[in-house]
Amino acid sequence: MHAINYENPTTVDHAVKLMAAHGEKARALSGGSDLIIQMRAGVRRPAYVVDLKNIPELRKISFSLQHGLRLGAAVPAIELHENADMRRYYPGLTEAAHLIGSLQIQSRASVGGNLCNGSPAADTIPALIAVGAKCRVVGPKGERIVAVEDFCTAPGRTVLQPDELLVEFQIPGPAPHSSDAYQRFIPRNEMDIAVVGVGAAITLDLADDRCTAARIALAAVGPTPIFAKEASATLIGKKLDAATIEKAAQAAIAASSPIDDMRGTAEFRRHIVGVLTKRVVTVAAERARVSSSR
Amino acid sequence: MAKKTVVETTLNGETVEFLCEPRECLLEVLRDELELTGSKEGCLTGDCGACTVIVDGRSACSCLMLAVEAQGKKIETIEGLAGPNGLHVLQQKFLEHAALQCGICTPGFLMSAKALLDRNPSPTEPEIRYALAGNLCRCTGYDKIVRAVTDAAKTLASGARAA
Repeated sequence: MHAINYENPTTVDHAVKLMAAHGEKARALSGGSDLIIQMRAGVRRPAYVVDLKNIPELRKISFSLQHGLRLGAAVPAIELHENADMRRYYPGLTEAAHLIGSLQIQSRASVGGNLCNGSPAADTIPALIAVGAKCRVVGPKGERIVAVEDFCTAPGRTVLQPDELLVEFQIPGPAPHSSDAYQRFIPRNEMDIAVVGVGAAITLDLADDRCTAARIALAAVGPTPIFAKEASATLIGKKLDAATIEKAAQAAIAASSPIDDMRGTAEFRRHIVGVLTKRVVTVAAERARVSSSR
Repeated sequence: MAKKTVVETTLNGETVEFLCEPRECLLEVLRDELELTGSKEGCLTGDCGACTVIVDGRSACSCLMLAVEAQGKKIETIEGLAGPNGLHVLQQKFLEHAALQCGICTPGFLMSAKALLDRNPSPTEPEIRYALAGNLCRCTGYDKIVRAVTDAAKTLASGARAA
């Protein structure tokens, strides 16, 4: 690895000052499970590595039913799984984080890093989009809020400027009878990068078992993660019977634009988009039916 | 350009200080500076788990941690697994079940298994396989490793002392 300077700020202000001072020559370090590999490969060569893990604001998970979830950008993925509120109220996002790599990776890798690395195959991004997560981005000129579905612009590229930091995710509190789910297809049992990933969040009106809100998002089938708006819309106002879910699956396939690569063909991926969409919509709806969030 | 930093950390229960450049990863420092060569370099990309150590109670790939990040942390390596009275139950079971051949993956597997049993003393087989998913073995085919961990869990659950 090239020689680096290691900075270890303990406040957001200090971290932003460092990013602003060094610009393109600095890179934020969260878990390091992407950045350290990139630095070793010479793909990224920042002179300054700014460790975010000792900034308390970025390591917090704070949740309440009224105010929803604020998830610090540098919280390790494993902490979502270890958190009872996360498992109960955001099971899809939690299971997505629990699928990243291995336990060794999850003890370090963060959801914020998963997003900022900008891989179209990132597991947590469809789950974040499904629950309507927004990013609080802080820079020297102030703050801005960016919806997760607007964050990635191309493979490995995001809207984050060199002097900005992703500080936290803001996720709405779960509506009554709502829940989420995430599933992915990989050739092995663990450790692989998603060939296809689908996240869904569903809200039901239990009086007539109709879906009142739905968000479906896809990983690994386009140059960025995809918010499947039309597919989501096909479910709203409907009972989630097999025919309706099939329509959503077809719309999700239409929203995808996969390529042939070493992990799978475009044709195979389109087929799996349909299969996984049906599964996660079904699971999210089942969880929504039994959830007692209010 | 970058000056060396003094890092103070707790290593296998003892306070340890070392000097390192920011670009060095924990694995390099363990092996080259501290001469703890039990942790192995298998891939340097966090895929094989041969470098697995336990950091503040959680398994982690020491190849994906900068050594400076060890500051103030509690690190456990394979060298700290055996106790004053002999091998850890996990090590004993690995021998009994022939859960190693060349042995290069073994320190990583033992640390992952210890991290698992420290948190979940009675894991199911799927839970064991999932917890060990980040460790690769080219020799054994994993079956004997899983049996060894299962047996170690049972032995520890019955009240045996770990090490």
